[in-house]
Amino acid sequence: MRFPTLSTLAAGLLILLGSAAFADPPAAKPPSGTKAEDLAAPEGIQVPKPPFSEGIFPCTSCHDGKSMKPDTRRRELTGMHGDITLSHGPASRWCLDCHDANNRDSLHLASGEKIAFTASYLLCGQCHGDKLRDWRVGVHGKRTGSWNGAKQYLLCVNCHNPHTPRFQALKPMPAPTPPEQIQTRKGGAR
Amino acid sequence: MTDQKPMCPSEGCETSTAGCGSRREFLGAATAAMAAALTGCGTLSKEEFLQHNFKELSKDEVLSVIDRLEKEYKAKYGKEVKVANTPPIPGVIFGYALDLSRCIGCRRCVHACVKENNQSRDPEVQWIRVLQMDKEEGVNLQHADQYYNPEEVPQEGHFYMPVQCQQCKKPPCTKVCPVGATWRDKDGIVVVDYNWCIGCRYCMAACPYGARHFNWGEPHLPADEVNPKTHYLGNRPRPKGVVEKCTFCIQRTRNGLYPACVEICPTGSRKFGNLLDKDSEIRYILENKRVFKFKEDLNTQPNFFYFYGV
Repeated sequence: MRFPTLSTLAAGLLILLGSAAFADPPAAKPPSGTKAEDLAAPEGIQVPKPPFSEGIFPCTSCHDGKSMKPDTRRRELTGMHGDITLSHGPASRWCLDCHDANNRDSLHLASGEKIAFTASYLLCGQCHGDKLRDWRVGVHGKRTGSWNGAKQYLLCVNCHNPHTPRFQALKPMPAPTPPEQIQTRKGGAR
Repeated sequence: MTDQKPMCPSEGCETSTAGCGSRREFLGAATAAMAAALTGCGTLSKEEFLQHNFKELSKDEVLSVIDRLEKEYKAKYGKEVKVANTPPIPGVIFGYALDLSRCIGCRRCVHACVKENNQSRDPEVQWIRVLQMDKEEGVNLQHADQYYNPEEVPQEGHFYMPVQCQQCKKPPCTKVCPVGATWRDKDGIVVVDYNWCIGCRYCMAACPYGARHFNWGEPHLPADEVNPKTHYLGNRPRPKGVVEKCTFCIQRTRNGLYPACVEICPTGSRKFGNLLDKDSEIRYILENKRVFKFKEDLNTQPNFFYFYGV
């Protein structure tokens, strides 16, 4: 067939419209119930506080740019932060790919644009775009709250340590009792 | 029958008939006394014995039944247990989706469910069974193990498939119930009226998912572990000799909350929502992910779906 028929055109239009509809995901709408401790992220998604180590934030309490000059050389960290093992993507990746050298209280995207720690999902989404898309619509990651109302979101980093992002193994809770091991108690089964 | 004045079950029929001698009351009391004598169910009160199927009760009768149950529970557990009767929300059919690519088999859901739904603790009745399966075999029940207990999960080469009531659109379990004690409600939840259930266990035989569980003994539920927020058709404490099952936490979901298993899941594998809401998470999954129904060939048409979120 040389020219597209009306029906194929209509189908194409539907596909276009469909993708446009998904570009505006329902989860991106600001949820109604807001908590004081939740920090508002740019898109209006209510997220909890990032899971900082005790007493580590704000980073500028040490990295104030005066007492400690930024050292942008790639190197093994020996003094502070030696406890961090970086096992995330290529070996060449290091701190300042994500952390901003000039303002340590923020992160930066590949474009250099600074973003807050509460919007770190944008940073993750640069590579993991499919996961970010699913997270926005509530399919990737945990949601709690109300199925028809306000939901609580988690940041990527609440489940995945950004430095070693693989989901950590857990100890399983007790298995069911096999039928042959069930004890009959007094006043139990007849 | 419940339009009678409540009376003490220990009262003989002579005293009650002397008090207000209607024929109906006399027959009711006589039947109850006879039944108690014949069945040996001495603990069953007359009101309980004469209670009708939940679906046939008028509003007032439901309230009086609930009032009776709350008193019973108060006496038994020494604390206020609220029995709700929340009806289905119009325009809602519940759907559930479970991400097999994320579940790690940690069984947090199993135990959160037991806590929320007042199951017997000893022996412990569990509404969710997590099957450990071989990755090489795929979803193959010949290679499923529910008693796995390693130090850490997930184990290499395995994936995990939690199975609970699939809330079928064509539930075989309700079809076989000889007394109509179990049915599919308007929001798609298959419920049981524990007071009408006769304990024949036909439904357990009919269910292809092993989702129904029987109280062989008196359920052992310590008073301090009772969840006082209950629903008549859901997690209220059950008597011995009745069948029980997952109700998508009817006491939570009909009030807009997520089921307990969704709330606890550390991996976010469990997704829940309204199938009739086109903006819901569940609809997004059904429209965009690889989804399958468990034992689809049986045409039970579950409203519980498994998907691969990768």
